[in-house]
Amino acid sequence: MANFSTNEFKGGLKVMLDGDPCSILENEYVKPGKGQAFNRVKLRNLKTGRVWERTFKSGESLEGADVMEHDMEYLYTDGEFWHFMMTDGSFEQHGADENAVAEAQKWLKEQDVYVVTLYNGAPLNVAPPNFVELEVVETDPGLKGDTAQGGTKPATLTTGAVVNVPLFINIGEVLRIDTRTGEYVSRAKG
Amino acid sequence: MWQPSCSHTAIKARAELYAQLRAFFSARNVLEVDTPLMSVSGSTDPHLASYRASGNQDAHQSLNFFLQTSPEFAMKRLLASGLGDIYQLCKSFREAEQGGRHNPEFTMLEWYRVGFSLTELMEEIADLVCEQLSLERPIVYTYREVFLKYLEIDPFSAELSELQALCSSQAGLAEVETLDRDACLDLLISVCIEPKLGFDRPCFLTDYPASQASLARIEVDSFGNRVGKRAELYVNGIELANAYDELVDASEQEARFIEDRRARHELKLANVPYDKNLVSALASGLPECSGVALGVDRLLMLKLKVSSIQEVLSFPIDRA
Repeated sequence: MANFSTNEFKGGLKVMLDGDPCSILENEYVKPGKGQAFNRVKLRNLKTGRVWERTFKSGESLEGADVMEHDMEYLYTDGEFWHFMMTDGSFEQHGADENAVAEAQKWLKEQDVYVVTLYNGAPLNVAPPNFVELEVVETDPGLKGDTAQGGTKPATLTTGAVVNVPLFINIGEVLRIDTRTGEYVSRAKG
Repeated sequence: MWQPSCSHTAIKARAELYAQLRAFFSARNVLEVDTPLMSVSGSTDPHLASYRASGNQDAHQSLNFFLQTSPEFAMKRLLASGLGDIYQLCKSFREAEQGGRHNPEFTMLEWYRVGFSLTELMEEIADLVCEQLSLERPIVYTYREVFLKYLEIDPFSAELSELQALCSSQAGLAEVETLDRDACLDLLISVCIEPKLGFDRPCFLTDYPASQASLARIEVDSFGNRVGKRAELYVNGIELANAYDELVDASEQEARFIEDRRARHELKLANVPYDKNLVSALASGLPECSGVALGVDRLLMLKLKVSSIQEVLSFPIDRA
């Protein structure tokens, strides 16, 4: 991979730091009028998700990371790997392990499209879309007429995820969920 | 991208600021001067990179010039010619300096006061800045005091390893082994101290380590440390102006140029011919004086309460 110098550090650039692929979030140039210049850089470690703040001497460089984001369709899981297929017509398949799937596991629905980050050709991370639509498989019976306000109850979705829903929701209904917060948004339309 | 990056309000505020600056100096009988932006010699400071401009002199000969990093050398030649108090509002250029507070081409206000001590000049800087920004008079700290206050370390007596450890723990620098003493101090002041200076009122820092004296006179302070008679002004965590009790000794000046050249060689930086005219001017006699360079774009940022320099420039470098 190419090397990138501090003045090429832009948000979204993927570089290697301490052996891990990282995505640059911010790059601030600091320099006293008379004196050495530095770059204060915020990076997200793509393996751990943790944000690092590091300082580099201006002009130093980091190796680029072989990291690509692809839209991929979720196919199935064999219990050990979650299998995805490229949507570019190549039908290329990749198996993501539990570390890569992580939190996204709760929102995986077959045939839906996810953003899969490949690092050196292997899935590093799976990001669900901001909203997913999933069916309720288990919840207490719905209360008729209680559509305006009031309490919530837990509901289990096809993926096994449990979300709090309004009391009027019934088994078999399809719900729109915000994956960033894990919260119920509405009944799915149509 | 053809449009200006700043508002029309900012463009008009700049015009108004220039008029006020000129009125300020006119009232004090300081003469406006105009010196070349291009010179056959450049800044030798290893931390300043000059843009180069070249052109054909005639069919047989091309000439290489440097764009100035500040108007200092030419203005000192005018001072040595006996012109008296002078100021200049002009563009300066520093290669690759780009960020929220830096643009490679920027506007500098530089002025010199003959017979002024550094303290007297600091008063005048305060007059200008406090009036423009409606602020209280500045507080003055020494370089040593702020390091003791914010990092509990004496920048003069601390071991290099202690400074490097702070660069790692306080400023997140990964590879500290290659940092020398001044680089450590530069990093610590930029990251750990500067962001805290000048919030209640402007703040002057004085008495820099002699190694950072640049073109300022060097003295020994009451603790026996060799200090450069410089003063930097900070407002809201922004470095705004840098003042010197000017070095007037020609041989000392030449020695510092040669030291710069050695440092540039060590850092594998291009050699830059130093200004022999300046050395000659000093040799013929530069009057005792103090001088200051003030970042006009930053002054405007503070005046308009905006956080990035791009908000006060019509066309920053990526639109230039």
